[in-house]
Amino acid sequence: MSKKPRQNKNVKHLLMDNSVPLMFIVICAICIPLSGFSPSYLINEIVTRLGRNLFLVLCLLFPIMAGMGLNFAMTLGAMAGEIGLILASDWQIWGIPGIILAMILSIPISIFLGYICGTLMNMARGREMITSYIINYFINGIYLLVVLYMMGPIIPIMHSSIKLPRGYGIRNTTSLLNMRQRLDDLLAVNVGGVKIPVLTFLIIGALCLFIVWFRRTKLGQDMRAVGQDMEVAREAGIKVERTRIISIILSTVFAGFGMVIYLQNMGNMATYTSHSQIGMFCIAALLVGGAAVDRASIGNAFLGVILFHLMFIVAPSAGAKITGDSMIGEYFRVFVSYGVITVALVMYEMKKRSVKSRTGQLLAQAQREEAAGK
Amino acid sequence: MTNNSAPLLQMQNIKKDFFGNQVLTDINFTLEAGEVLGLCGENGAGKSTLMKILFGMDVIRETGGYGGSILLHGEKVEFATPFDALAAGIGMVHQEFSLIPGFSAAENILLNREPVKWNPASEIFGDRLSTLHYKEMEEQAGKAIKKMGVEIDPDMVISDMPVGHKQFTEIARELSKDQLKLLILDEPTAVLTEKEAEALLDSIRRMAAQGIAVIFITHRLHEILAVCDKVVVMRDGFVVQDVPARQASVASIAKWMVGRSVDAPSGEKAENRENGGAKTIMSIRNLWVDMPGETVRSVNLDIREGEILGIGGLAGQGKLGIPNGVMGLYDAGGEVEFNGKSIPLNSPRSCLDASLAFVSEDRRGVGLLLNESLEWNVAFPAMQIQNKFLKKIGFITWRDEKAIHAVTQKYIDELAIKCTSSRQKARELSGGNQQKVCLAKAFALEPKFLFVSEPTRGIDVGAKALVLESLKKFNRDSGVTVVMISSELEELRQTCDRIAIVSGGKIAGILPASESSEEFGMLMVSQVK
Repeated sequence: MSKKPRQNKNVKHLLMDNSVPLMFIVICAICIPLSGFSPSYLINEIVTRLGRNLFLVLCLLFPIMAGMGLNFAMTLGAMAGEIGLILASDWQIWGIPGIILAMILSIPISIFLGYICGTLMNMARGREMITSYIINYFINGIYLLVVLYMMGPIIPIMHSSIKLPRGYGIRNTTSLLNMRQRLDDLLAVNVGGVKIPVLTFLIIGALCLFIVWFRRTKLGQDMRAVGQDMEVAREAGIKVERTRIISIILSTVFAGFGMVIYLQNMGNMATYTSHSQIGMFCIAALLVGGAAVDRASIGNAFLGVILFHLMFIVAPSAGAKITGDSMIGEYFRVFVSYGVITVALVMYEMKKRSVKSRTGQLLAQAQREEAAGK
Repeated sequence: MTNNSAPLLQMQNIKKDFFGNQVLTDINFTLEAGEVLGLCGENGAGKSTLMKILFGMDVIRETGGYGGSILLHGEKVEFATPFDALAAGIGMVHQEFSLIPGFSAAENILLNREPVKWNPASEIFGDRLSTLHYKEMEEQAGKAIKKMGVEIDPDMVISDMPVGHKQFTEIARELSKDQLKLLILDEPTAVLTEKEAEALLDSIRRMAAQGIAVIFITHRLHEILAVCDKVVVMRDGFVVQDVPARQASVASIAKWMVGRSVDAPSGEKAENRENGGAKTIMSIRNLWVDMPGETVRSVNLDIREGEILGIGGLAGQGKLGIPNGVMGLYDAGGEVEFNGKSIPLNSPRSCLDASLAFVSEDRRGVGLLLNESLEWNVAFPAMQIQNKFLKKIGFITWRDEKAIHAVTQKYIDELAIKCTSSRQKARELSGGNQQKVCLAKAFALEPKFLFVSEPTRGIDVGAKALVLESLKKFNRDSGVTVVMISSELEELRQTCDRIAIVSGGKIAGILPASESSEEFGMLMVSQVK
C-alpha cells in the first residue's frame, strides 16, 4: 500500500470524528454576518455564558469517565442547588455569603440524590442513559412535592415575599436580586468593554484542575478502568459498584454548585422550571464540542459552550432577518439541542457496529491474501 | 513454608460433579517448584474445571464445592475466592484477555495495585485519593516484562498492540506479583503466531528457571514436548496419563487424548454408505464467517445428496461458524450453492425458503419460543415459512389447530418427548426434551437439507441415543441430507458417513467415519492456533 490513501483516510477520519463541531462552526460562520451583531457584543455575550454554563457542563465529565454515558440526571444536582438558594434567600443571607451558604446546603441533598441515582443506575447496568433520563422526571416530582407543599408547613419559610399567597409553597419566580452577579462582579476586570468575571473563571479553573488531578488519583484510575471494562476491573479487585456511585455523586454535587453559579448570574430563578431544561442544554453543549458518549474532555466542554451559545445568540436575529420572525431562534434552540443529542447517540451505536463488521472484513481479506499467496 | 521438602502443589483425589454429573474423578498429580506441567485433553475432559477448582473460582462453590484436597507446600488449602488464590501465590492467565483497552501496558500490569504517592486529600478522604506514582509504575512494569525476556514498551496502549504483546502483558501482570509461585496458562498460544508462540515458550523456560512452577494448557502438542517437564493427559474427567515429557510424542499424546478404549467397537455403523457417485447437493466456496469465538475462513466443502456429514473439532476452532454462517445468523461472505442455485448469505429467510433447516446449538435463545406451547413451537416455522397448518375461511386465514395438534402429537410419540400434553410450555421441559422439540420443529418443515448443531450438548445418555437415532431415521426415511456439528468425535463416528474436522478456523481434512480415532485426533490438533 502506498502512503497516499492512508493519509486520505486519516483526513477523512479526522473530519468524521469532528463532524459535529465543524457543522456548528459553519452554521455560526453563516449566521454571524447575517445577524449584524458587533464583535465586541458577541465576545461579551460569550464570556458571560462561559461563566454561566461551563461549570455545569464540566460536571458531566465524571460519569463519562466511569463509562456511564451522558448523565441526564445532573438535573438532580440542579434541584439541590435551587433548594439551597431558596433557603438562603429566605434566611436573608445575601451576596457572596448567601451564594456560599446555598452551595453548602446543596451538598448533603446532592450526595443523597446522587447515591440514590447511582444505586438505581447500577441496577440498570447498560441502560444508564435512559435510566438517568427517567430518574430526572421522577425526582422532579419529589422536588415539586417539597417545594410546592412542604415548604411552609414542614420546612419553615419565614418571608412571605417568596411564599405563594395561599400561605405555603414557593412563588413561581424566586428573586435573587441581592445575589445577582455578586460572584461575577467581585474581582471583575474590564478589558476593552468586555467584562470578565475573573472569580467565576477562577472557580471554573479550579474545577478543571481538580478534574486533571483527579484523573491521576487512584480513584480516577479505577473510574477509568471501570468505564472501559467493568468485568476486567472487577476481576482486578476494584469495587465497581461503589466506584460508579461515587462518580455519579461527584457529578451531582458539582452540578449543584454549577446551578448556584448559573442562577446568581441570571439574578432570578423560575422555581419550577429552571432546572428542567438544564441537563438537556448542557449535554447538547458538550456534544457540540465534539464529545461522544464514551469520551469527553475539558476542551470539548469549552469549545462546546462557545459554539452552542454563539449559535443561540446569532440564530434568532439571523432568523429574524431571513424570515421576519424572531421566534424562529427559540424554536432553533430546542430543535438543535435534541437534534445534536440524537445524532451523538446514533453515531455512538454506529461506531460500535462498524467495529464489529470490520472483523468480518479482516477475515475476508486474510482469505483473499491466502488465495493470492497460493 | 513450614515444610520445604514437600512439593509445591499436590492435588489429591480431586472430585467434582455438577448436579450429579461427574466431571472429575480422582485427579492426582504433584508439581515441584520450577517445573512445567503440560495439561492436555479434549474439550470437556475437565481441564478447565480442574483449574477453576485450583483457582477458587465462584462457580465451583456455587455448584456445591469439590471433593479431595489441594496441598501447597504440604499444607492443605481451600480458596474461597480467586483473591485468596492470588494471595497464596497462584496466578492465572485466562484464555480471553482481561485487559483494559485504553490503558497502557504498565497501567494494565499494575491494575488496582498501583504504587501511590501521599497527598493531603488522601489524608482526609482515604487512600483512593492518593495520586499515582507513574515513574514507579513504569519501573515495576518494566521489571515484570524483563522477567519474560521480551521487549514491550510499558507506555504502549493495549488497543494499539498486536495480539502477542497483549498476551505478554497479561502474563507480566501475574509476574509482577511478588508472591507468585505457580502460574496457570490457559491456552496462551491459541491466538499467537508461530514466532510469538516461540517467544512465549522461551519465557516459560525463563520463568521456570527462576523457580516458578507453570501449568501449561494447550492444544498445540509439540509445544508441550518443547517446554514441559511432564505431561498430564485428561479424558472424561480422569487423568489417563501422567508421564515425563521425554517419554511422550505428539502421536502418543493425541492417542491418549481421543482414543477412548481403542478396542471398543468403533461405531456400530457397519454399512458404510460411502457412495462417491451421489450428486453434490450443496457446495460451499471460500466461505468466511464472523461468529465471535468461532470464526472460520477459506471453507470449501461439497456435501453429497442423502449423506450425513459430520463436522467436528475442538471448541473455538470454528466448527459452529459454518452452519451459522450459511444460515445467515452471523456475518459471512463467500458462495454457497444449493441444488444448483446460489443462496444469498446473511439472509436467514432465503435459506429457509430454499428448504434448508437449522437446529441451533443455542436452543434456549434461537431454538425455542420458551413461553409458548409445544404445538406452537413445532408448527410456528412451518406456518410462517410454508403456510402450512393454515386454512382459509372467507377472506381471513386461520390457524388449523387440529392439524397442528395432530402433527405435534405425532412427533411427541416418535421422539418420545416427555411432557404432560402438547399444550405444555416449552420452558417446563428438561434440556433433552427441549432438544427433541427443536428437532421436531425442523422435521415439521420437511426440509431437503438439515443442519444440526451440537444436538446432544447437555443432555443425558438415554436422550442422546434417541436424538441420534431419530436423526439417522429422518435421513434414511426422508432422504434428507444432514450436516451434524458436534464436539464429540465418538458420536459423529457413530452417526455420520464422512467427518470434516475443523481446526484453526479452517477445514483440516475430511475422513470417512471408519477411520481410526488417532487419525481424527491428529487432524483436530493439526492447525490449532
